[in-house]
Amino acid sequence: MAVPTSSSVDLSAALVLGPTTVADWLVILPVAWCFAIGALLVMLRRAIGLQPIIAVAGLAGLVLIDALLLGHVAAKGPVTMVMGRWLPPFGIAFTVDLTGALFALVAAIVALAGGIFSLADINDSGRRYGFYPFLMLLMAGVSGAFLTGDVFNLYVWFEVLLISSFGLLVLGSEPEQIDGTVKYGFLNLVATTLFLVATGYLYAVFGTLNMADIARKAEGLRASAPLMTLTALYVLAFGMKAAAFPVNFWLPASYHTPRVVVSALFAGLLTKVGIYALIRVMVMLFPVEREELSFVMALAGALTMIIGVLGALAQTDFRRILGYLVVSGIGSMLAGIAVGGPGGIGGAIFYALHSMLVMTGLYFAAGIAARLGGDSSIATVSGLYRKNVGFAALTLMLCFAVSGLPPFSGFWPKVMLVKAALDIGAWWLAAVLLLAGFCTVIATGRLFLLAYWRDDADVAVETVRLPSAVLAPLAALSFLTLGIGLYPEPLLATIQSAAAGLAEPSAYLNSVFPAGGLR
Amino acid sequence: MEAWFALLVGIFFTVAVYLMLSKFIIRVLLGVAVLGNAVNLLIFTGGRLTRDVPPVIAGGAGALDGPAANALPQALILTAIVISFSFFAFLLVLAWRAYADLSTDNTDEMRVAEPVKEPMPPLGY
Repeated sequence: MAVPTSSSVDLSAALVLGPTTVADWLVILPVAWCFAIGALLVMLRRAIGLQPIIAVAGLAGLVLIDALLLGHVAAKGPVTMVMGRWLPPFGIAFTVDLTGALFALVAAIVALAGGIFSLADINDSGRRYGFYPFLMLLMAGVSGAFLTGDVFNLYVWFEVLLISSFGLLVLGSEPEQIDGTVKYGFLNLVATTLFLVATGYLYAVFGTLNMADIARKAEGLRASAPLMTLTALYVLAFGMKAAAFPVNFWLPASYHTPRVVVSALFAGLLTKVGIYALIRVMVMLFPVEREELSFVMALAGALTMIIGVLGALAQTDFRRILGYLVVSGIGSMLAGIAVGGPGGIGGAIFYALHSMLVMTGLYFAAGIAARLGGDSSIATVSGLYRKNVGFAALTLMLCFAVSGLPPFSGFWPKVMLVKAALDIGAWWLAAVLLLAGFCTVIATGRLFLLAYWRDDADVAVETVRLPSAVLAPLAALSFLTLGIGLYPEPLLATIQSAAAGLAEPSAYLNSVFPAGGLR
Repeated sequence: MEAWFALLVGIFFTVAVYLMLSKFIIRVLLGVAVLGNAVNLLIFTGGRLTRDVPPVIAGGAGALDGPAANALPQALILTAIVISFSFFAFLLVLAWRAYADLSTDNTDEMRVAEPVKEPMPPLGY
């Protein structure tokens, strides 16, 4: 910055002087909206009859806002809003590109489904202890993580969602919940601290924390700065968040302990925030380092997939099977990041979005199965098919989707990933992807066979009607995956331009530094 | 100056890792507290250490003249301190509650969520 000679400083170099338009506000609105509704719910914490109404309405509003934001970004390209009008790299920027907007929209849909499901799952004591405020603040953290354009800010949003997730996880105070929360809490705190360590080094190397600024400075610093160390630290920190092998064991230890709707939301949202951050850092900020680390990433991805499906095959509890399936899905996304290119990155994004919808739906199914069967162990639960045929059909759809069978949403990302792996000659990775899919079919097939088809011969099974508050979100998610599977073209086109925007972030940079920037 | 701080940060990390490898929650908790401070010192060192003037622009001038302390790492640390303190408080209460409910603070014995002797999954109909 030029040193001014007099006291009159040229403010246009550091501040946005024009008025803030309505479209600018849309960038920050998902986070501000969640905080506002969350604060309102905290104030009304005694009105437990009112809480679910406000929360579900708030989440529906969030879906609407995120849909508008995605439309805006798809039409105009990446958009940036800076806090307090300070231009980057001084001010904190919220920058939304297609990837962030897509993730935010799917997260909002998942949260809305969870909000509706919670009407029948969260009892009065859960409401009194603040399920709904925690849910809104969790969504504030998740949306913030998807939309921010600043690395330290990303750390802060991780912490916001982490502290809300602690609150949700321990809600109910059963002994196994406390045990699960101890493991989840300490290990996730270590992961976020590692993230903070990496961010400290990042600041020491670059002197800036704005993602766009880092992306354009990385090329010049590659010869002198330890960027590989930085990238490896980020891989470890985000890998731990996403539950990648060998740092995945906190997930199956804790995800089956809380209320069903909490497990469902965690499976849909939290690990995918880690994957999103990994994609953002590896693909946009440090593409050369991603190339060099690709074999290690591919190996970690392959092992994550294998460990995940083997764990799922070895479990008896419905929800613990699902916990391992979440881990196995993370392996596929890591494989996509390792392979790179439009097919790999696009496949990873597609798989993440599909997994958000499907895993949430499957946890809902686990909750309903436990409600119908009286237990969550597939060794004792039986005859669910005859108790409620519609529910069994919806579960079967989700089982097909998670296994990657057509015509459901899991099929297309799997095809993209296998093709991308074969294109770069990584036939073993393609083989592992297919093998993991095959083992997932066995795991979900075993689940369906034992819990749904097996009948106790001497017990008369009656059909049970389910409340629509639990069936409607399950049906919505199942039909959404069917819709994506049957007509993937619009989503696929959006994902491909999102992946292209990550690989070639000039539009992202232009949105943060419209006039080429200061330096 | 940076070299000495780097050494100090290294010692903090060593202590933190050693404590967190313990199977007793209370030691892990102390490790977490030390770890938070190690990271804060790391960010502080990452912002370059100087013994120069505070970053205050004199009246009438438009910019700083000469080197001054870097204010940004201090802002980052302030945020990190607030966050790590709140987490420490939460985990402390959680550890106390775990001790009260499970009557142990040994993580080896805390196997409620993942019981040690689990039956085999059903192998057939």
